[in-house]
Amino acid sequence: MLDNKDKIFNNLYGFEPWNLVNAKLRGDWDNTKDILLKGREKITEEVISSGLRGRGGAGFSTGVKWTFMPKEPTGKTHYLVVNADESEPGTCKDREILRNEPHKLLEGCVIACAAMGAQVCYIYIRGEFINERHVLESALKEAYDDGLVGKNACGSGLDIEIFIHHGAGAYICGEETALLESLEGKKGMPRLKPPFPAAAGLYGCPTTVNNVESIAVVPTILRRGSSWFSGIGKENNTGTKIFCISGHVNKPCNVEEEMGIPLKDLIEKHAGGVIGGWDNLLAVIPGGSSVPMIPKEICDEVLMDFDSLQAVKSGLGTAAVIVMDKSTDLIKAISRISYFYKHESCGQCTPCREGTGWLWEMMEKMAKGEAKKEDIDTLLSLTKRIEGHTICALGDAAAWPIQGLIRHFRHHIEDRIDQYQKESNENYG
Amino acid sequence: MRIMVNIKIDDKDYEVEDGLAIIQACEIAGVEVPRFCYHEKLSIAGNCRMCLVDVEDSRGLSPKPIASCAMQVSEGLKIYTKSERVKNAQEGALEFLLMNHPLDCPICDQGGECDLQDQSMAFGYGSSRFEGDKRAVESKDMGPFIKTEMTRCIHCTRCVRFSSEISGNDEIGSIGRGHDMEITTYLNQAVESELSGNVIDLCPVGALTSKPYAFSARPWELNKTETIDIMDAMGSNIRIDSKGLRVMRVLPRLNEDINEEWITDKTRFFWDGLNNQRIDKPYKRVDGILKPTSWKSALELAKEKISNSKSEKISALSGDLVDIETVYALKKLMKNIGSDNFDCRQDGSRISGPPERWLFNSTFNGIEDSDGCLIIGSDIRKEAPLLNSRLLRKSRDDEYKIGVIGFNNDITFDFDFLGENPSIVEDILIGNNNFCDDLSSMNKPLMILGQGALIGEDAENFQNICIDLAYKFNFINNDWNGFNVLHSAASRAGAMSIGFLPSDKGMITDEILSNYNNKKLDLLYLLGADELNLEKNDDCFVIYQGHHGDIGAQIADLVFPAAAFCEQNGLYMNTEGRVQESIRSTFPLGEAKENWEIIYLLAKEMSFDIGFSNLNELRNQLIEEFPIINPYREFEPLPSPKKDEFNKLNGHQFKRIIDSYWQTNSIARASSNLSIRNNYIKEENNR
Repeated sequence: MLDNKDKIFNNLYGFEPWNLVNAKLRGDWDNTKDILLKGREKITEEVISSGLRGRGGAGFSTGVKWTFMPKEPTGKTHYLVVNADESEPGTCKDREILRNEPHKLLEGCVIACAAMGAQVCYIYIRGEFINERHVLESALKEAYDDGLVGKNACGSGLDIEIFIHHGAGAYICGEETALLESLEGKKGMPRLKPPFPAAAGLYGCPTTVNNVESIAVVPTILRRGSSWFSGIGKENNTGTKIFCISGHVNKPCNVEEEMGIPLKDLIEKHAGGVIGGWDNLLAVIPGGSSVPMIPKEICDEVLMDFDSLQAVKSGLGTAAVIVMDKSTDLIKAISRISYFYKHESCGQCTPCREGTGWLWEMMEKMAKGEAKKEDIDTLLSLTKRIEGHTICALGDAAAWPIQGLIRHFRHHIEDRIDQYQKESNENYG
Repeated sequence: MRIMVNIKIDDKDYEVEDGLAIIQACEIAGVEVPRFCYHEKLSIAGNCRMCLVDVEDSRGLSPKPIASCAMQVSEGLKIYTKSERVKNAQEGALEFLLMNHPLDCPICDQGGECDLQDQSMAFGYGSSRFEGDKRAVESKDMGPFIKTEMTRCIHCTRCVRFSSEISGNDEIGSIGRGHDMEITTYLNQAVESELSGNVIDLCPVGALTSKPYAFSARPWELNKTETIDIMDAMGSNIRIDSKGLRVMRVLPRLNEDINEEWITDKTRFFWDGLNNQRIDKPYKRVDGILKPTSWKSALELAKEKISNSKSEKISALSGDLVDIETVYALKKLMKNIGSDNFDCRQDGSRISGPPERWLFNSTFNGIEDSDGCLIIGSDIRKEAPLLNSRLLRKSRDDEYKIGVIGFNNDITFDFDFLGENPSIVEDILIGNNNFCDDLSSMNKPLMILGQGALIGEDAENFQNICIDLAYKFNFINNDWNGFNVLHSAASRAGAMSIGFLPSDKGMITDEILSNYNNKKLDLLYLLGADELNLEKNDDCFVIYQGHHGDIGAQIADLVFPAAAFCEQNGLYMNTEGRVQESIRSTFPLGEAKENWEIIYLLAKEMSFDIGFSNLNELRNQLIEEFPIINPYREFEPLPSPKKDEFNKLNGHQFKRIIDSYWQTNSIARASSNLSIRNNYIKEENNR
């Protein structure tokens, strides 16, 4: 269990006010000037050595990502864009940060801008987050009024502007290049990569897109030192992480824990255990709706970090743990996820536009049992024809849950088909 | 300087230019990579996912297949186009595309020339695993030219990109998301662009097809003739597809120097005009009415009238669609008659002198090198839509400044409007204009002078001022000649270059017309000249030679039926000075004869040895006398026009030479396709 003193988000549950006065009491904005005056290289080095990996899902080293930005001024504006378009089903960590710890995020923005020589920061916030938007806007005003952001931010001599932009509620706008398109006022459709945003991003200028949580933990890392952060968790999977536990548990919650905590501990200690006891567990989706599920046998042992989950052919993703007990209709659940991806596909590239609809249609048949057993192989081969063939990762995200289902619960689907056939034989005999 | 890189495609070595997309490199190497959304002239979309290939570089094999249209070649790159993974990806993409595609090929006009058909045959799996319901999409009304069947659409967005990048109107776009994405025009309006028909060619499936051509032929039963277009003076390269004696459709041909891959809608859809209002036998006026007659009596009558007229009272005008050979033959005939009253500038333009004074000297490709543009007295979008599109491409660059003097019209891109008075050119010349600063910062600017700027008493003086301006700024310098005159009539440059112009003692168009109106003319020979505003006049005998019963034939006393440009071979010079041959694709209608032959027969009737008895002899003679007409000579730039003295402008005005873009010549006026289009937007606006 993570000690209270090692927690970064002390006000995750909103027991204290979010405003600047209270945030300062919690240690935010404390001598930010000194941190900024360390200079680009020092800050970036510190973040790299802390081992912080991006909290948005892909898990790429945050500090290394910053180094991709041009070292010298290019004559263009350099941008930091914070991705607060948190839409992955099951995930609600960024929302709590925006609600209760907005100053951590804003301070992180200022430091990250300094670390990559960016002059302007955009925070792209999900359209449905209306209260969170109001909180963040008020917090930003406080920060501007206090001279923490804007011209000569924190007295460091750097000019850093922060703007808040509201999305319109499309899941795909959480993909970094679609987010940039949307920010530019176009349709939210992912761009082809390369060029990567660090070369040509927002308005064709060098841009880095980071997740809210990745940015919000940066000030604390720099204050307490990279060795403190890297001392928590496991090697290559360091630090603390907010886990969102939902589904069939007694006390669904968000909790900040160290990386690499056993999944069983996470559920039992923080979420009050699975409804009906651990043995009633059927499967867990460990990282938001787009990663493959893992069955109970794996859940017994698996650790919650990037590498351990990858080893069991799943992923940490956004660390949104969706718990499903034995009352769950797994096939129907995955079918619902398929519908989500069909609905959210942007329609730009073929495999995803057409494939997600087909997957959903087949999943609906599977859920009823109204399919043939060969269809399971067809379904699997369809997911393989979508995976890796699309412009962005939405195609993969649509394919993986189904692959996870077939990998671990093929017998469920077959039983359903047998049962359906039996019933229809009885009815129409 | 081209940098070459060594790559391997399917284990074979190739050397290709650096910076090419993989798909282009494969094309050069002769390895076929299937594609739907990729098009060389459009931006990269990478959305069809058909062109995926495996790529191996120093870091090893790519983790997933790469879209070959979106990645450039680099040294040592290994490309695999036939691996198992690639095959799976391609079959997958096709399977997904066909999933919602109606298999209605038997009733689809694209059948036989459909990318989806071809690539399904070559790269597809052969059977379908899809059992659900197919998507149906409401078809859209895109106007009288584009027929839509949007259920067939595969969302490659070529039409969308064309509309924003080439035609510049941003009229076509996509709405909806994912499975429900639809291609449509803004609020379902008809597209207004003059280039809209090109989306029919671009569409890889049968979603956008040609409305006038709908259900009239299959591609494999058409006779295909590669020829050139004469609807404007650009000389676009086209292919005329005919079935029997009828022209069924017109398609563009690739010519990077002229039209690239595009043609205008007027070119694409004029063909039904070839079947309407045609003159198929000789006519002569009897008791005020044109009655059919025989060639023999028609020629006899012509001979009689010509020999009974005073030679200084005989004159001839040539029209906009006539080939150079015929104009040359008529010139010879007129000289023999002893008349100098002939002119090819039927719109009253005063261009004259050596070719560099009235040609598009920078050439169309030169536009790519230019760094600014000044358009004087030209409604460029109507006079040469494809040229306009090239300027649109340049205008994307913020540094590229475009100034316009004359007509303030929507030409699809932004420009600085300097005013409508020609005297602004004088202001610029003395440095009294805001645009002077922009001009002096340019190294290779273009000046485009429209015909509308060169009509009237003071036109030659005005042109001299423009030439002086060209020397003052960098329009003309030692290694750049950006002084351009834009024509809108296909036969103008050719007729000018063989000197179908009156000598000092002859009459120019304006004088011929006023003499006609003042009854001082005995005989007027109209060689396809239809853009004249003349009343029937009993004191002058008018001979009309042409193919359409248009304005010229209405005032004629004797009509010689002639072949249209696609019914005979003939040479044309475009506005750049490029000579190209128009090839016969169908045969002259009824008793009509080829144009040169009519002049030949008339000369023979008059017992004048005109010096040739077939087209080859005529052409040889013509090229010998005017080597510039040789279509096989190397096309080379002309010298810079010489400065000449000029005076202060005296009331010179610009004239709009095209009122209705869709009705600029006799074929276009006879075409119901183009008439419908002409009225369509008006009606829509009224609604």
